[in-house]
Amino acid sequence: MTAATATREGRAPVVEEPMSAKVLRVLGRAPIHVLLVVVGLLWLVPTLGLLITSLIAPENFADGGWWRVFTQPSLLTFENYQSLWDTQAIRDSLLTTVWISIGGTLLPILVAALAGYAFAWLDFPGRDWLFIGVVALLVVPLQMALIPIFTLYNKVGIFDTIVSLILFHTAFGLPFAIFLLRNFFIGIPKELLEAARIDGASEIRIFLRLILPLGLPAIASLAIFQFLWTWNDLLVALTFGRETQPITVAIFSQLRQFGSNIELIAPASFVSLVIPLAVFFAFQRYFVQGLLAGSVK
Amino acid sequence: MWSRYGVAFLFLLPAIIFLGVWVIYPAIYTFFRSFFGQSGFDNFVGIDNYKALFTSDLLVTAIKNNAIWVAVVPAFVTAVGLIFAVLTERVSWSVAFKTAVFMPMAISAFAAGVIWRIMDQQDPNLGAINASIAVVKDAINPPGVLSDAKPSSDNLQGTPSGGITLQNPVQPGDVAKLGLTGIPPTEVPSSAVQAVMPEPLQGGINGVVWRDFKPGGGNPNEVEQDELGLPDVDLALFDSNGDQVATTTSADDGTFSFDGLEQGNYRVGIAASTFSTPFEGVAWLGEKLITPSLLIAYIWIWAGFSMVVIAAGLAAISRETLEAARTDGANEWQVFRRVTVPQLLPVLSVVFVTMLINVLKVFDIVVSLAPGSVQDDANVIALAMWRTSFGGANNFGLGSAIAVFLFILVIPILLLNVRNFRREA
Repeated sequence: MTAATATREGRAPVVEEPMSAKVLRVLGRAPIHVLLVVVGLLWLVPTLGLLITSLIAPENFADGGWWRVFTQPSLLTFENYQSLWDTQAIRDSLLTTVWISIGGTLLPILVAALAGYAFAWLDFPGRDWLFIGVVALLVVPLQMALIPIFTLYNKVGIFDTIVSLILFHTAFGLPFAIFLLRNFFIGIPKELLEAARIDGASEIRIFLRLILPLGLPAIASLAIFQFLWTWNDLLVALTFGRETQPITVAIFSQLRQFGSNIELIAPASFVSLVIPLAVFFAFQRYFVQGLLAGSVK
Repeated sequence: MWSRYGVAFLFLLPAIIFLGVWVIYPAIYTFFRSFFGQSGFDNFVGIDNYKALFTSDLLVTAIKNNAIWVAVVPAFVTAVGLIFAVLTERVSWSVAFKTAVFMPMAISAFAAGVIWRIMDQQDPNLGAINASIAVVKDAINPPGVLSDAKPSSDNLQGTPSGGITLQNPVQPGDVAKLGLTGIPPTEVPSSAVQAVMPEPLQGGINGVVWRDFKPGGGNPNEVEQDELGLPDVDLALFDSNGDQVATTTSADDGTFSFDGLEQGNYRVGIAASTFSTPFEGVAWLGEKLITPSLLIAYIWIWAGFSMVVIAAGLAAISRETLEAARTDGANEWQVFRRVTVPQLLPVLSVVFVTMLINVLKVFDIVVSLAPGSVQDDANVIALAMWRTSFGGANNFGLGSAIAVFLFILVIPILLLNVRNFRREA
């Protein structure tokens, strides 16, 4: 088959472009390619700077910028990571972050899936108004809750616990989560649900066996969002924690002496961002899907 | 009846409890709390807290700064995202570009602050931004060999910043002696060698610029043993009208030469560029530039979000309308301006409004990027709320008022959202 007759997906044959025109076209677009390469690299530089800074031994910090390693690769060392790992407080705070993120991801998904199913497929008076009300809560700044919940946690005695942080994250994740899941669930074919109901399946059974599996793509998007949101949180943990310090708060407490603590701040910051980054790269598709679904609010 | 709606109620119950206890009840509590003083509900103060919002310097700064954020960030992020989305539309490797630009979205705003704090360091040897500026600036205006010096005799007059000029006129065949003192040994260029008194030059002016100082004294204005020549000094020759007619630089032994001169009176001077100081770095994290630095870092984070959402909108635009416009003779810019952008308007407004909400609540990045000493200058509403309530002052009354103020600012956006939502539903 020659190039001129090659057709893709049954489209009309493409008339072959003369070589000269092709060269001109590519050359004409060259500035765009160059611009994109430069901008793309510029976008990566700051993060690269953190990574390299985290790999420079403390005694070499003051001598010059991190870009020296391109000419002096021998400056690179894992020393900072070693001493970071040897710091009990940092290990503890990483573990705290992990627990908060797991709880703060699973609990809101469960609660939101239940509510999302009710809003999508169960009939009750005022359903749509109630749903609009929930969506409206999306915009309530969490600053509105900090003071009363601070007081409440102290009264109930769960201040400064991982559970108290998870509960707060759950509540403030719910409006978006319910919105996202309800809109996804409502797209599940009605026939499937009706068939299950005729077969006498209970609502909870339908929810567990039908809705959750079919809703998995939306749940995955949501899980990534909740995970990133809770993992990256500073404000909530700073307010409701003292000893319970996730990694962001642990770094925050070192910021006062930025210059002298950089050998701890840089690797700790990089560790704190490498996990969300891995999650993001692994599940980029779901992340973007969730973003687009959420943006149409 | 109960059995019919009871199931729905049970499914909703956990969500109702969470939203009721953690969102709705606190919102109401905070609203009422804002009318009471620091000590609690026994101390009704009316709208005093709200008055403080607009009179206390700290809070006024926070509101002003947040206004700058609102004015700059949503527009910039939307525009940058639009440009990136359009540029990458027909580029085969756009995924790589998009990934690079989108990546900061996965990073916490807090960590992004740390990242930019490393970028923004003032010392050009440490901060990448100032290092880049230094490269450009040194190429245009290279630093001089000396930072400071004084004339060693009354024949020389002037200051480093304005240039140092020999007072008595010289004529071709004369030798110009420019002795300098007040130069620390560490600042003498390493290539300097013993100064040499040059021979007179027929039809030209020879001269020497040297460090007119030797340990243990020596005679001023005389080139002596152990006195070093000053290399790379910029010298200028002026005619009797004061116009500059020639320039040169000195050799390692301090000698220099202007040749091919017509008869007449000249003056020789050391140009101010000899003393131009190296670039000391822009204080990105200082009180003046901290907010612009924060805005740059924030746009760096969010440009990817904007780009991805707008790219999705771009992909959904009907090709027919674009083709029709092109067939009608519209050029690419007209197609973009008159066909693409109007169809993208809903998506652009989504990005803009999302950024508006984000910017009003900005907190983490200010905490991590702004050093403690400039946090008053970098203050924003959410940070002021936190610092007032939990950062030492512990004034829950004023803190509540700030939170309510923040809430009031987002209510118009909330109404907009609800309206859009109902229109879609």
